Order: sequence, then C-alpha cells, then structure tokens
Amino acid sequence: MNPIDFLLAPLEYEFFVRALVASALVGVACAVVGAFVVLKGMSFVGDAVSHSAFPGVVLAYLLGLPIILGGAVAAIGTALGIGALTRRSGLRADAVIGVLFAGMFALGVALFSSIPNYVGDLFHFLFGDVLGISFADLISLAVLASLLLLIVWVLWKELLFATFDPLGAGAAGLPVRRLDDLLLILIAVTIVVSLQAVGIVLVVAMITTPAATAQLLVKRFGQMIALAALIGVTSSLVGLYVSYALDIASGASIVLTETFAFLVALLITSIRKRVRANRAVAQESVR
Amino acid sequence: MSSTSVSPSVNEDSLAAERAGGQAVTISGVTAGYGDRAAISNVNLTLQTGSLTAIFGPNGGGKSTLIKCIAGLMQPWSGSINVFGAPVGEYAKRVAYVPQAEQVDWSFPISVDEVVMMGRTPSLGPLRRPSSVDRDAVADALQRVDMLDLARRQIGELSGGQRRRVFLARALAADPLLYLLDEPVTGVDPTTQEKIMNLLEGEAARGRTVVATTHDLACAAQRFHDVVALAGRVVVHGKADLVLDRAVLEETYGGHLVPLPGGGVVLLDDPHHAHGSHEGHE
Repeated sequence: MNPIDFLLAPLEYEFFVRALVASALVGVACAVVGAFVVLKGMSFVGDAVSHSAFPGVVLAYLLGLPIILGGAVAAIGTALGIGALTRRSGLRADAVIGVLFAGMFALGVALFSSIPNYVGDLFHFLFGDVLGISFADLISLAVLASLLLLIVWVLWKELLFATFDPLGAGAAGLPVRRLDDLLLILIAVTIVVSLQAVGIVLVVAMITTPAATAQLLVKRFGQMIALAALIGVTSSLVGLYVSYALDIASGASIVLTETFAFLVALLITSIRKRVRANRAVAQESVR
Repeated sequence: MSSTSVSPSVNEDSLAAERAGGQAVTISGVTAGYGDRAAISNVNLTLQTGSLTAIFGPNGGGKSTLIKCIAGLMQPWSGSINVFGAPVGEYAKRVAYVPQAEQVDWSFPISVDEVVMMGRTPSLGPLRRPSSVDRDAVADALQRVDMLDLARRQIGELSGGQRRRVFLARALAADPLLYLLDEPVTGVDPTTQEKIMNLLEGEAARGRTVVATTHDLACAAQRFHDVVALAGRVVVHGKADLVLDRAVLEETYGGHLVPLPGGGVVLLDDPHHAHGSHEGHE
C-alpha cells in the first residue's frame, strides 16, 4: 500500500474521521491548559482531577445521566476542594492532593464493582475509546474546546501575570485566587471532555507532555502554548493512525507518540547544549 | 520620552495624597504570621507620602511579613492597615510590589519586556491589548534601568543584578504611588545598587512613597531617608542614621551582635553572607 492510500483508506470510515477530529480537539485543549499546569508545577493536580472524575462518571452511568456531566461535577468539585483544603488545612498541597485523589478513585472503584459484569466497560473508562465517540460527544467537545480557547484569549495578560508572579499580581489588585479557581475549573473541564479519547489514567500525559516538550524548545510563553498545541494535534493524528495500523489502543498510541516527541526534544536540547559548549571552548582556544 | 508621559494626571495623584493627609501607609496594632506563629506583633507605624524607608532586622524578624501585609498579600490576624487613607486593596493598581528574587521562577519562558509589560496589566483590564502608550512606558522603564538592549532576553539568562532591575522596571512601568520592595538590593553588585537607589530616591523626590526591606545596613544608613528596625515588633522608626546606633542594633539583633575591643561591634547575622546564593527565610 502506498503512503497516500495508507492515509486515505481509514477516512472512508465515518467513525475514524470523527475520532480524528475529536483527538485533534483534545490535543489542542489539553496542550493549552497544560502550558499553565506545567509552569505552575501542577501536573499532579491534573492526575488527581482525572482520577477523581471516575466516581462521577460511574454514578452518571448507573443513573443513566450524561457521563460528561457526572465526570465534570466530580472533577470540578475535587479541583476546587484541593484549592480550598490547601488554603485552610495548613497541609502541603501534595498531601491534600494525594488524599483526595486516592479517596475519590477508590469511591469510583467501589461504585463500579457494584455493577455486574463490569470488566469490559472498565477498560473503556480507564483508557478511553476515541473510535467510539458519538457525533453528540464531538459537538460538545468542539464547543468546550472553543470556549476554553476564548477564555484563555480574553484573560491572556491576567493569567500570564498570575501564573508567573502571583504575589506581584495580587498586590497590583488582580483577583489571583479567582484566576486560580478558574484555571482549576478549566483543567477539570478539559480533562472530563478528554476522557472519552484517552481515559482517566492517561489524560494527564495529554496535558503535561506537549507543554513540557514545548518548554524545552522555546523561550516565550506565547510560543510555548502555540508549539504545545501543535505537538498535541500532530501527536493525536499520528497516534490515531498508528493505533489503526498496528491495531493497538488509541489513547495509549497517542500518548506514546507524545512521549516520543518529548524524547526527541530532549535529544535536540542536549545536542544544542553540547554544540554551544564546544563552540565556546573553540572560541576560547582561538584567543 | 519623559516618564511623566505615562503618568495619570497630576491632579489624581495629589488627590490620593491629599486624601491621606500626607500619610501613605498607616498601620495600627497589626499582628500577623504563618500557621500559629506570629511574625510581627502589635505593629504601629505611619509612613509619610514621599518617604524613602528601609525596613531592617534579623531573619525571621517579620520584614517580608510586614511588606506582604501592606501589599494585601497576607491578612493581619488583628489590627488594621490603611493605604492612602483607604483599606488595603482600594489603590492596588497604584501599588507596585517586587517579590524577593528567590520567589521568582527564573526558568519561566518569558522575556524581559514581557515581564515589564506586566506592570501595565492591572490598569489595562481584560480584553484590552497594550497600546503604543504602554509599549512606550515599557521602553522608558527599561531605559531608566539601563536594560533596553536586553529587552528580548529570556529572564533566566540575566545576571543577579539584571534580574533585580527587570522587576524594578516593571514597578516603574506601573507608575505607582507606593513601591513595596522585598530585598531590592540583595545579591547585586555595588554599581547596580547605586543605580537602583538613585532611581528610588528620584521616585521619592517626586512624591512617590518607597518602602524596602534590606539586609544591607550600610545601604540603609547611607541611601535611605528613614529606617524601621523590626524584630517581631517595631524597635524604632526614625531617621536613617539610627541604623548606626549601638543601642538600636543591640535591641534589634540581640545575641548576633559581638563587641569588639576598642568599643565597636560586629554583627553576625545573615547580611554578611547574604550575597550571591542566599535564600530568604522569612
């Protein structure tokens, strides 16, 4: 099969086209939110929020409600709970996160184990199934991704200031706490709409990896977000094709593609450093 | 381009000053701290508009805590603080706070001019993009700290002194009525210190109020007009030469003061190894 046929053949399946669009949207949304997450050192929060969506998802499933709604309520509640408990309890954030993360996930497992013959669906919840995404899910994904990009665009200066220097921003009168809460909500919503594609366990990689990769390569926040989004989309599309070609789980395939991109970026930066060091040594010896 | 091109009208500034009756900051009976430990107790302090004040004292004496309370970044447990006659926060847009260098993530992907533009962010408000007025203000501020040629550098590529100057430029670009600076001259070379102090002196001379914490007693004595000795409470508040008063030093630093033969004293506190890689511990 020639390469063009390889790219075009799966497009005859409507479900594959839906999956492509969905994973591209997830790639962009996760990467944009991820830039803030990575710079604020909140990757662990992302992991906690995705796992805490589990009981909400299961409960919605049991009650016959939209799964996204259940997941969103649980995830947003936990995200804001992490913020509030950290401020009030005097405990360090990572301890609060660890407790809530495990507690919520255990609740999800307990609820899930009450469902007879649950094993098949469990894989779907934990690792995602972007090929099974419905047209309605796709629409809600598109709406939420656009809303996310709009909010980040409108509050660009404020989010940047509060992320870089929360103390300076607070003293200058920016509502730093509300911006923090907004960011937590954006993280939670992004995670919940991405669950369908990559699942609870792997979604944190969609958030962290493209942004971390971009930070290795560029030196401006704007460039970092743009490059992260580009890496997110490209990895989603490449990963989906790889999953189709090798017949492996789509979420894992996308995340592995992103991880590969990260390793390449790491290699590039270490080569770049060595070249610079050699050049400096060479210049020194010329003198 | 003159720095006044970015100021709001003179009337507005004098209004704020007048409203306060010449008092920029009034602190009454303030106790504040972290967890269950009070860093400052029952602090009473009045800072006049146009004053140039250094806050000095031992590590853990509450310097940063006091600055953060005035900036509205910490809530006092008791007592009250007024800034220009209004509760903290009312004039937040006209207050510039410069954090300690240790509190900044220098690996953040951001350039010098982007940091300075943050000084313009609060007055711009959401949705509004920086205009040529804002860009001029940023260039002007960078010019004043001698860093215009480094505007596109990533902040992690700067030296210690340059890093302090970027944040001072951000404060200048905001054109504040009140400067709150946490260790603005710690870890900088003498030339940079001279430059920073000249700028702050100039701001005080045109009626802006400047408050800075410092470990550098020589700088406090020579370059500031007033000093506050803080050791969990206000030991003394007065003219800068009080820093050189042995009784004041003894009361402020307690056991860190060692008498020398011949009548002098030497201070064995962090300031003497505060330069370079020193971490703030307050």
